Amino acid sequence: MIDQIRSLLEQHPMIPLNFGALADDANLYDAGLTSFASVQMMLALEEEFDIEFPETMLTRRTFSSLASIADAVSQLTRKAA
Amino acid sequence: MDAKTFDSKSLLDSLFENGILFESGIDGLYGRSGAFEEVIERFERLVTRLGAPDKATRIHFPPGMSRATLEKSGYMKSFPQLAGCVHSFMGGEREHAQLLGMMADGGDWTELQKATDIALTPAACYPLYPTIAARGPVPAQGLLFELSSYCFRHEPSKDPARMQLFRMREFVKIGTAEQVRSFRESWLKRGRAMIESLDLPCEVDLANDPFFGRGGKMMANNQRDQGLKFELLIPVTSIEKPTACLSFNYHQDHFGQTWGLKFADGEFCHSACVGFGLERVALALFRHHGPDADAWPAAVRDVLWSV
Repeated sequence: MIDQIRSLLEQHPMIPLNFGALADDANLYDAGLTSFASVQMMLALEEEFDIEFPETMLTRRTFSSLASIADAVSQLTRKAA
Repeated sequence: MDAKTFDSKSLLDSLFENGILFESGIDGLYGRSGAFEEVIERFERLVTRLGAPDKATRIHFPPGMSRATLEKSGYMKSFPQLAGCVHSFMGGEREHAQLLGMMADGGDWTELQKATDIALTPAACYPLYPTIAARGPVPAQGLLFELSSYCFRHEPSKDPARMQLFRMREFVKIGTAEQVRSFRESWLKRGRAMIESLDLPCEVDLANDPFFGRGGKMMANNQRDQGLKFELLIPVTSIEKPTACLSFNYHQDHFGQTWGLKFADGEFCHSACVGFGLERVALALFRHHGPDADAWPAAVRDVLWSV
């Protein structure tokens, strides 16, 4: 799942981060992720995986690394299944 | 304005009845009495006096700003619902006749207007950053400004403390992260002391801006997690939900990056601002000390009328 997320985000024109060079647990904010780009990321993930992040998950921590994003997405896709 | 006026509607009615505010037919758009304006003038002088030792450069902006500046600032990403853009008729005689015809028929004639280069200023500091960036590198000790502007936010409401056109006074510090944080700290202390000297109940709390939509919820959470915004709250129309009258904002290097505000060594500047909602402070004073400013407690009058 992490690879699917990495390639999705890499192709996003409004998130100018080099995801290919980032480790799964690298901090995305330290790598230059802005608040606005994290919102774009959230919307792209919802569309790709057909999920909706509940308000409690709309935090800085959820989107802080590819690993924590994958964790959140798998929780939500499991729920949906 | 006794304890019973602790709701928006009755406070607004009482302000109209006492001739402090005047109705315009639009919620959030009011005329102000001479007494109300005098309180604002006095409070502004108090703010200026408190900030005087820091030797800020004063700039007064009009209520309209460059639309291109507003666009580049990222305002539409965060607050599209609050923005206002000035439109004007730019057609010829044929379109004018069409416009009058549409008006006579009760149609939507405004579609014959086009956006001008002017947007309404949403906060006093938005026009500042490009003006400063154009002047070249920021000196090592940073820069400090005292600003004022009428501001617009499209949020019609019966709450007199939520006007659509209102005045904001601001101090803005542009400098290193350390410089702007210590500026904000000093105003958190000075702001609270100032409001307490006016015998108004207040508390300072962590806050967030009203970012748009679900993405905005995330921006708001980010802002809170990082402690970027604090507000000084005074009960005006509600005890449970007091009104933010001062706000203390740390922008990190958002405006530095957006506008290329840099030091001579190429490092991006950070910025912070403290904003004073002038109508809100005046409303708090009338709400707590009564409709007749001449009859306010002597200690409060001394603070305001001795400056």
